[in-house]
Amino acid sequence: MTLDPKTPAGPLHDKWDRHRFQSRLVNPANRRKYTIIVVGTGLAGGSAASSLGELGYNVKSFCIHDSPRRAHSIAAQGGINAAKNYQNDGDSIQRLFYDTIKGGDYRSREANVFRLAQLSVNIIDQCVAQGVPFAREYGGLLDNRSFGGAQVSRTFYARGQTGQQLLLGAYQSMMRQVEKGTVQLFANREMLDLVVINGQARGIICRNLITGELERHAAHAVLLCTGGYGTAYYLSTNAVNSNVTAAWRAHKRGAFFANPCFTQIHPTCIPVSGTHQSKLTLMSESLRNDGRVWVPKQQGDKRAPQEIPEAERDYYLERKYPSFGNLVPRDVASRNAKFVCDEGRGVGDSGLAVYLDFTDAIRRLGKDVIRTRYGNLFDMYRKITDEDPYTVPMRIYPAIHYTMGGLWVDYNLMSNLPGLHVLGEANFSDHGANRLGASALMQGLCDGYFVIPYTLAHYLASTSIPAITTDHDGFKEAASSVQSRIDRLLSVKGPKTPRQLHRELGAVLWDDVGMSRTDAGLKRALDRIPKLREEFWHSVSVPGPANNLNKNLEYAGRVADYLEFAEALALDALHRTESCGGHFREESQTPDGEALRDDANFSYAAAWEFKGVGETPVLHKEPLEFEYVKPSQRSYK
Amino acid sequence: MKIHLRVWRQAGPDKPGRLVPYTADNVSPDMSFLEMLDVVNEGLIARGEDPIAFDSDCREGICGTCGFLIDGLPHGPQRGSTVCQLHMRAFSDGDTLVLEPWRARAFPPIKDLVVDRSAFDRIIQAGGYTSINVGGAQDANAILIPKPVVEQAMDSAACIGCGACVAACKNASAVLFTSAKITHLGLVPQGQVERYTRVINMVDRHDAEGFGSCSNEGECEAVCPKEISITNIARMNRDYLKATLIRGVNG
Repeated sequence: MTLDPKTPAGPLHDKWDRHRFQSRLVNPANRRKYTIIVVGTGLAGGSAASSLGELGYNVKSFCIHDSPRRAHSIAAQGGINAAKNYQNDGDSIQRLFYDTIKGGDYRSREANVFRLAQLSVNIIDQCVAQGVPFAREYGGLLDNRSFGGAQVSRTFYARGQTGQQLLLGAYQSMMRQVEKGTVQLFANREMLDLVVINGQARGIICRNLITGELERHAAHAVLLCTGGYGTAYYLSTNAVNSNVTAAWRAHKRGAFFANPCFTQIHPTCIPVSGTHQSKLTLMSESLRNDGRVWVPKQQGDKRAPQEIPEAERDYYLERKYPSFGNLVPRDVASRNAKFVCDEGRGVGDSGLAVYLDFTDAIRRLGKDVIRTRYGNLFDMYRKITDEDPYTVPMRIYPAIHYTMGGLWVDYNLMSNLPGLHVLGEANFSDHGANRLGASALMQGLCDGYFVIPYTLAHYLASTSIPAITTDHDGFKEAASSVQSRIDRLLSVKGPKTPRQLHRELGAVLWDDVGMSRTDAGLKRALDRIPKLREEFWHSVSVPGPANNLNKNLEYAGRVADYLEFAEALALDALHRTESCGGHFREESQTPDGEALRDDANFSYAAAWEFKGVGETPVLHKEPLEFEYVKPSQRSYK
Repeated sequence: MKIHLRVWRQAGPDKPGRLVPYTADNVSPDMSFLEMLDVVNEGLIARGEDPIAFDSDCREGICGTCGFLIDGLPHGPQRGSTVCQLHMRAFSDGDTLVLEPWRARAFPPIKDLVVDRSAFDRIIQAGGYTSINVGGAQDANAILIPKPVVEQAMDSAACIGCGACVAACKNASAVLFTSAKITHLGLVPQGQVERYTRVINMVDRHDAEGFGSCSNEGECEAVCPKEISITNIARMNRDYLKATLIRGVNG
């Protein structure tokens, strides 16, 4: 089968305008006749549910949390990009487009990225109108800061809580629609299967997490806004309930999974302290605006950081990348931290950390300015580590953060399964092989507020969607397969906890499918993952009832899915023998250790078709064509 | 460290509850409180027992999912912190700690330490927004906001909706939560259009959900993990009074 991205014809700058005009519309009086399921209430899901509700569709919104306001978009700290050029520093839509394509190491679709850059300016307008308290200058205008991978200041922020404020804006808009009755809210629900009838996505099976009841919901279209799969690695910056289940179950029903090996490892996280650790905490990339990254020049230098004189420090990012310095993109910063630690120059007890030092910034700007900019981040660091970053440099290390891969979608954000749309981090489309900082919030809101209202209308208006009820065999079959999986989890009664097995999987992925990957390591992972999956189904322990709140049962189901998904992740990484963005194959690097792409053989999105658990999936390629930017070796020197 | 726990166990909303003793061994001071509970639960699961149900998600103090009482204090003894950001170094070897869920009529129990806080969503639903549809917004810089005003609005907007304020209040009042949103939107220009209808609608919904009234004890402010100030409540009351007067004039 050929994958048709449905990119509109015409010049890049006009594609979205032409597409909107050519898309069919749904009459306002007819919209309420269409039921739309939106799974997830983060920035993508919350904004989609609210904007579709405003238009008059009958929206059903589902979330695994007790409230839609808890979705993990809330934890995004640093900011949101927009090509407003309010700072008069050379920004433009064209430049945001170029930076994003380049930052993604030329593995994203030009037309999608250009649309994202165009719509970025509308997002800020919308959020400000909602009352989002973005940081301001004394004259009352919006303030901006710079972020990794860019030489302009285009990032809008609300202290270190930008994600929280944007999410609350979307949540509040959505709750306004709940009050009006256009959006029905289903909190504490976990989607456990996608219902496909006659080749169209027509509903979901979800579990009520409080009563344990399996529910069937039918719709004319399903929107998955369920985030990424970083938690497959066990330790990540994701929330403990973030998971791959909804996307993976949709994949098992036929939706292609694209570029799963494109995972983002965030350079500035608080290092691991012990095996009890349940998650890693990110320290916003914005800290690299004022913090300087360094390690001792000498291997094994165990002196306290204040005792190491200037001449014996290696500010390795400033040394290697003079033009971007500490603001190189995330993949570059992470890899370099790994390299210096591998050389034995890492700091802290574990030797797996580098310093992020604010001494110079505090000397230059004063403690108060630094506190205004990063106060909440410094407080968080102190609470976790018991060290004061105003006086001692922070210790940081890379951690799994964001996943660029996801379900394959076309320009309309529709997967290869008609009716199944995928928004935000859950899709693969806009960030290529590496996402730039402050671009995830932009994409989630762009998809939900400004893209899906147009493309979904076109799908509904141009497709024959027969009436069905939840008594249809498709629902019965899906519900019974979900039930039998739950029964199976409860019946193993083995000695191991889901967490133990998850931790083991995480170690395999971090070691062999982490920051640096090799042919041998990936083959080792592909040997170990099926064995671990086998072990899971023989040894997992899930006590407690199914008809009640049972968080361990929820967790076990998610771990079972990671154990299937992980194989696809490793397989994709093995097949892509080039390095690009966050995917670094040791076999493919430049003489000075930078990622070396292989455009002749890998300039495509790899979309995998499920063929059964443990069976080799089938690869479909969507060639990437670059008309407006010329792929070149990425340089931040 | 060894920590003794007495944990409220309640199998379901209508089931009786009781405090059950547990012991956490080999507790590291670098563990967060929830990681300590994870370890206790690991032991229960391995023995085939139903683990202690407690809510958490981001584990970095921003999502507002976690929260229970430790020795009667919402989120435990550390000021300005959620329980997920509380580390075991705040306790001593051999301590005995009593863990209980939020207790309020408007937060019905679900299981163990988990309660139903959906009343908060319904308060927001009553008016905690600007009625702006997507598509019609003017240029963002067309709205000027003085920096001190936006900073103050941000202080209020920082509320994470965890419910600690309700749990700390002897009247189980949610006015700190409600007033934080009213203040955030009442301070910025975008929120002026609906300022007085908003305060009436949100306060009425707050009362209808079964939360109590404020009697100015200030316990909510003392336990708030985001240190939201009770001046928000005073501001809400002023706006509410003005709103009722306007309503009287306008019929």
